[in-house]
Amino acid sequence: MTPVLEAKGLSLAFGGLKAVDDFSLSVPPRALHGLIGPNGAGKTTVFNLLTGVYQADKGDIFLAGQRLNGKKPSAIAQAGLARTFQNIRLFGELSVLDNVRTAAGVRAKSGLWRSLLRTPLYLAEEDAIVERSLDLLDVLGIAHRAGEQAKSLPYGDQRRLEIARALATEPKVLLLDEPVAGMNTQEKHAMRSLIESLRSRFDVAIFLIEHDMGLVMDICEHITVLDHGVTIAAGVADKVQQDPKVIEAYLGVPDEDEAAS
Amino acid sequence: MSRDPARLLAARVGSYRPNAIVSVLRSAYPVVIGLVIALLLQAMIAPKLGPFYAKLLLDIGIAIVLASSLNIVNGFAGQFSIGHAGFMMVGGYAAALITYYGSIKFGWLAPGAYGVDVHGGFLGSGDALFLFSCVFGGVVAAVAGLVVGLPSLRLRGDYLAIVTLGFGEIVRVLVQQTSDVIDPAKAAGASWLDAAKALGGPLGFTGTPTYVSPTPWLEDASGQQTGHAGIFFTFAIVSILLIACYRLKTSSHGRALLAVRENEIAAEAMGVNTSRAKVVAFVMAAFFAGVGGALFAHEVGVTLNPKELGFQKSIDIVIMVVLGGMGSITGVVLAAAILTLLPELFREFAEYRMPVYALALIIVMIVRPQGLFGIKELWDLAFWRRYVVPLWRKVAGGWLIPRSRQHPPAAIAKDLSSRDDDGAPKGAP
Repeated sequence: MTPVLEAKGLSLAFGGLKAVDDFSLSVPPRALHGLIGPNGAGKTTVFNLLTGVYQADKGDIFLAGQRLNGKKPSAIAQAGLARTFQNIRLFGELSVLDNVRTAAGVRAKSGLWRSLLRTPLYLAEEDAIVERSLDLLDVLGIAHRAGEQAKSLPYGDQRRLEIARALATEPKVLLLDEPVAGMNTQEKHAMRSLIESLRSRFDVAIFLIEHDMGLVMDICEHITVLDHGVTIAAGVADKVQQDPKVIEAYLGVPDEDEAAS
Repeated sequence: MSRDPARLLAARVGSYRPNAIVSVLRSAYPVVIGLVIALLLQAMIAPKLGPFYAKLLLDIGIAIVLASSLNIVNGFAGQFSIGHAGFMMVGGYAAALITYYGSIKFGWLAPGAYGVDVHGGFLGSGDALFLFSCVFGGVVAAVAGLVVGLPSLRLRGDYLAIVTLGFGEIVRVLVQQTSDVIDPAKAAGASWLDAAKALGGPLGFTGTPTYVSPTPWLEDASGQQTGHAGIFFTFAIVSILLIACYRLKTSSHGRALLAVRENEIAAEAMGVNTSRAKVVAFVMAAFFAGVGGALFAHEVGVTLNPKELGFQKSIDIVIMVVLGGMGSITGVVLAAAILTLLPELFREFAEYRMPVYALALIIVMIVRPQGLFGIKELWDLAFWRRYVVPLWRKVAGGWLIPRSRQHPPAAIAKDLSSRDDDGAPKGAP
């Protein structure tokens, strides 16, 4: 199967520091890929490279065959790559519904003039956007909060709203940056089944960063492990788990003195 | 979620296939209501007010135009601009250039009849020229907005404010360098280029026809109509601007602007072209500032001069927006009206105006940093829903209660929770 998202040899250096070195990735349609690694391994930097926040020094990114290098983040989002943020970035003053409508609206065909004149096409489009946005909120389980200000939502719902907003852009690939960070076991469980259900429901591939190993090992078919910007392992969950390099990155090497004694 | 967006839209468009007349009516009726209100203000209210208060009404209208246009860029898009008087000046001088020199060149202003327009009458040739000059002033200011907006894309916060401040000062200094206005007797022979160099300089643009006067339908000794329906035109423009603002705010484009204001990185990541959104905001705001400047340039009792349209004027407009609530259309209108009325009603304390403004601004920043209304509109406020709406229901049966498109009625959400999975209301076949 041709991959829907493909990265080849991405590298980025901040001055002398190699944040990401020769990162490659291939995500088939409807796949669930995980990206793990210790703190500061460069996971979020990979996301920022893919979504155009940073420009890679080397390497190529393809989304459904379309080359994304050098494009602005907005153009990449319109091409079908949506993301959530590790540190939640909602449109706080806007209502929950308007957060989703904003994202859904970027695909609207009505230009400024149609909006100002409120032509039939514009009205139809706005109504379709509202309906779709409410559907999305319904799927994410926060439709009953549609009229509330986004910043007043509890933390877990803010994460859900971020996912709803990303889905509203009709993505081909969804990038989730630590979707269950800070959640309790119950919430994690709900989020896990939600993430799994999204891909068939929206025909979307998911690429996620997560620190919760249980979740990643459970739901991801394929895992990439980063350490200091370098891909130290990639493959199916079981194999990655056994990889000595991965264990070393997470648990460290045994002390030489201890090893000797 | 099997509902394909394209199919959803197709279904919607299908249900929205009204005939052309219905579509045009639906699009235009708020403007028609606005025009009727403007006409009523002119014909019924203004004569009762007397010249002083009628002039005050004009001042309020112009203040609303300026503050609401600034609200597009400062409030909606969150790009802090403090050079709005600069755009106003560009529009005002461009419009005055057209009306003063134009009316002489076209023979509508008799030589020697300095400042006294003899082409009055409602919707006469003078009014046509005036309306054209308003649009022209707006377009010239919009071009200036584009010129300022494009390089400012890389700036934000204080740095953007400094650039816009600089723009206002540049315009002011440029206008001060122009020579005296050419006398009507000689102006007919002057070229447009010469005319553009003679905008009055530091003394101001004297002799512009006073189209924006509160006294229409006057007759001179010979029975010819003079005077102009300034209140009508001002409030016609006010209503068009407010409708445009409201429609912008509640549309995808407006939400894109608000998203830029709320979180630029997230907005960009959701596919909002933030550069384009900011330029659109700048150009729209500049256009209406230019129109406001054109109104100001032709207002009775006003001599268009660079001193009056300096930094101080920009700050006056900024205060209206900040006080009313950045992003709130109704809040800014209210603030513009109050801040125009108060100094006029308390003339004897005029010298204390700026300290009082400063104090008021500081208090607002401490007590209510989002302004009186925040981002909300009048009808979103709790007191309005609790007291005014029930009262209005009692009095007028709820006629014309604005339904907000921005914050969805709770009914939609409730309706949704009663749906089953395929999105149809429960009990639907």
